[in-house]
Amino acid sequence: VEPRRPSQPHSPPPSLWPIGFAVGIAIVLLGLIIGWGIVLLGAVLTVGFGFLWIRDVVAGSETAPRARASSRGPTGIGAAPVVPGRPGEAALPLMDDEEVERYPRSVFLEGATLGLGALIGAAITLPVAWFAIVPAFEGEKQDEVDLGPLDNFPEGEWRVTTFMENPVQGQVTRRTAFVRYNGLLRGEPSFTIISNHCAHLGCPVQPGGPIDDQKRQEVKTAQEVVTLIPTTPAAFSCPCHGGAYDTEGNRTAGPPVRALDRYQFSIRNGHLWIGNVFSVGSVDGTGKSAVIVKYDRFYPGEHVDGIEQYLYPLPAPQG
Amino acid sequence: MAKKPPTTLRRIVDYPLDWLEVRSGLVGAIRYFLFRKVPGDTNWFHTLGSATLTAFLVQAITGAILAMYYKPDPNSAYQSIQRITNDVTLGWLVRGMHKWGASVFIILLFLHMGRVFLFGAYKYPRELNWIVGVLLLLLGLFEGLTGYLLPYDETGYWATVVAININGTAPFLGPFLVNLLYGSADFGTDTLARFYALHMLLAPGAIFALIGLHLYLVIRLGVTSPPWSPEAAGSERPLEPQRPSPDGRRAGLVRPGARGGVR
Repeated sequence: VEPRRPSQPHSPPPSLWPIGFAVGIAIVLLGLIIGWGIVLLGAVLTVGFGFLWIRDVVAGSETAPRARASSRGPTGIGAAPVVPGRPGEAALPLMDDEEVERYPRSVFLEGATLGLGALIGAAITLPVAWFAIVPAFEGEKQDEVDLGPLDNFPEGEWRVTTFMENPVQGQVTRRTAFVRYNGLLRGEPSFTIISNHCAHLGCPVQPGGPIDDQKRQEVKTAQEVVTLIPTTPAAFSCPCHGGAYDTEGNRTAGPPVRALDRYQFSIRNGHLWIGNVFSVGSVDGTGKSAVIVKYDRFYPGEHVDGIEQYLYPLPAPQG
Repeated sequence: MAKKPPTTLRRIVDYPLDWLEVRSGLVGAIRYFLFRKVPGDTNWFHTLGSATLTAFLVQAITGAILAMYYKPDPNSAYQSIQRITNDVTLGWLVRGMHKWGASVFIILLFLHMGRVFLFGAYKYPRELNWIVGVLLLLLGLFEGLTGYLLPYDETGYWATVVAININGTAPFLGPFLVNLLYGSADFGTDTLARFYALHMLLAPGAIFALIGLHLYLVIRLGVTSPPWSPEAAGSERPLEPQRPSPDGRRAGLVRPGARGGVR
């Protein structure tokens, strides 16, 4: 075994600029929470330290490799043929850039070719990229769904209600809500309509209590058939990771980060109609006297309150 | 020893190969790829990369065949999988190869990665190939994620919902990822087709391209010796002059014209 020689020292030497760069990025992220002024400060720091970092990295290698490579002739980096070809005359003699005499016309033609190519490329790429990305973010206009006559919802009783959000699109839009009629509040019917999507990661939450499948009702509405199944839950719980909620949807145990989402509703012609989903921080009280801490719709697992809410500044898009 | 004239059979084999070689150089290139010099003490661990490549090719071929029968539509996806498994001749076999091969592919990816890590084969000048390999690993895992939905059974559906919502919990960008993956704000009509397109067109295309780059870099930079090798790979820098080999064994390790010292 031949003796190991000491490995070469790092070229470039270690520098502190990357730390400044990282601090800059951290300040940008902080700024997204606090305000745009801080973002600007962070961006300036990031760009400044980034520039210093890059300058340090490239400073040592500015001239060295080229000189070394040329002094070593054909064995420098890049000189090895990837696939050995037949030895022969090169079609064009290789020249360094400095050796080639450039004429204004050739410079113009080169620029025009590249520029025109970029323009054509952009004209083709941009619409396709737009099509690939943007439709996913357009809040789809969600029509309200008719859940049938109010008579089907006796006061104080729960119904596991399944319906298609969009009957035209079919079964893939089937959703489940837990619906309870709370009686009249200031002369208006009051409903508790809880989405069954767990606030942890979106699994289907189950009612913790008997489900009376014998008394299942199929309610024909103008658009579809809505299924109502009576249930008497003492709580709601999720089969996936053990999230547990009380009957108002407040988290009582497990990993969920907030209460269960709810549906907006309206009463039209004696029918219950549900609309958009909204997120709930917590619910105080029960039934029609409940005070709901209401937010825009957020995806499961996203905090709406506490310090973590600043990690999720944007709600889900909704029509 | 006098050279025997080639037999007729030999000429029949050689003629098309020579035809191809003269016009493309491909035969020489493939011969170079297969019979290039590698360090004398490579071992079986060095075959994990080509094993991974083989597993990927199996996935690509069986996947293309499954696509002939699969219908990426929420109303018929499950039934089409049932048909492949129960009715189509040997469909159970091809689907089984694809399903179990997926795990084999991922396991081999990690084993190959472990080999490269433990042998120090990611070090200069091969860092870029490590990075390309990490991208390939991510794409492989992405194939696993998107492929899991395609049978469209309860497991696949809810696993996908959970996986997408896990993406959604990423700070700041989480909600964007959710919309990109669902194709809308919720699991909808486009989600399955979107996963299908990602699974069988976009991700495999990217994997093929990156494997090409990966292999190119392997060939260009050569194979590393194991860490216990007396060749002490990595202790030398490529631009140092090539020393005369102390024994005949080393002579074959460096290709003529290659950078000195890199193995």
